[in-house]
Amino acid sequence: MEHLLFYILTTIMLGAGLGVVLNRNPVASALCLLLSFMGLAGLFIQLSAFFIGIIQILVYAGAVMVLFIFIIMLLDVKEEKKSKINLVAVGSGLFLVLFFVGQLISVVGQIEGGDQPLAEIDTAKAAEVRLAAFDQQPLENDRILENLQEGQFPDVQIVGETLFTQYNFQIQMIAVLLLVSAIGVVLLSKKRLT
Amino acid sequence: MTLANYLIASGLLFAIGLLGVLVRRNLIIMFMCLEMMLSAGNLTLVAFSRFNGEAGLPNMHAQTLVFFIITVAAAEVAVGLAIIVALFRARQTVHINDIQVLKG
Repeated sequence: MEHLLFYILTTIMLGAGLGVVLNRNPVASALCLLLSFMGLAGLFIQLSAFFIGIIQILVYAGAVMVLFIFIIMLLDVKEEKKSKINLVAVGSGLFLVLFFVGQLISVVGQIEGGDQPLAEIDTAKAAEVRLAAFDQQPLENDRILENLQEGQFPDVQIVGETLFTQYNFQIQMIAVLLLVSAIGVVLLSKKRLT
Repeated sequence: MTLANYLIASGLLFAIGLLGVLVRRNLIIMFMCLEMMLSAGNLTLVAFSRFNGEAGLPNMHAQTLVFFIITVAAAEVAVGLAIIVALFRARQTVHINDIQVLKG
């Protein structure tokens, strides 16, 4: 079942990805990209990164793709006319990509343990380690520990804990970045270019 | 599934994105392919997070990094599309063969 799901999701992801490159109509390309991101989110969830999978759907499929489709419609981009294919660009592009894929396959074969099935998530062991980290005296209402002891995997809580304890400064920097980019976008779209 | 399966899948997605950037001549579609390449990088990170798990759990530092990458990518899309719109206003085109002022 797991294998079947992996191959289905990968096929959706790569097939839709090819659709983005091959479609002449920009709107069709954008919708293909949406499908590709859906497949990718499924792969994230298969890797039991539930938070990342949901964020992928919310941010990419929900926000970024709406922005893309909005801009395509705003600019009224027409379907490309059948033009002469630039043989140099296509040839060199294909050569680079095939070179990259060959390199990748040779490198992936050398990773130690890369051909073993990925280890299962061991909640009992994680609960033990967490208890030991608190000297056997857990915090009150420690939901992560309770969930782990019940055999569940509280992915979102653990990511949140890591973000807000060990990456506190970085998350504030990200907030500044978002503010700067919002101001930049407003300035860019207001300024009159001559 | 093995780590190699996920790495090959993400590598192929990256390759398709690279092909799109090199072959297509439409700015918006090139930009979409860039997003695809970023997502392929995310898939690699998540696969390694599961592979290099510690104490029975996946490595959460990798997933935090993916969270940051997605945030930065969202900001990048906003700025990039604003630049494309500004360019379109100045030149009335998003076809890069028509935008070659700097070409000698």
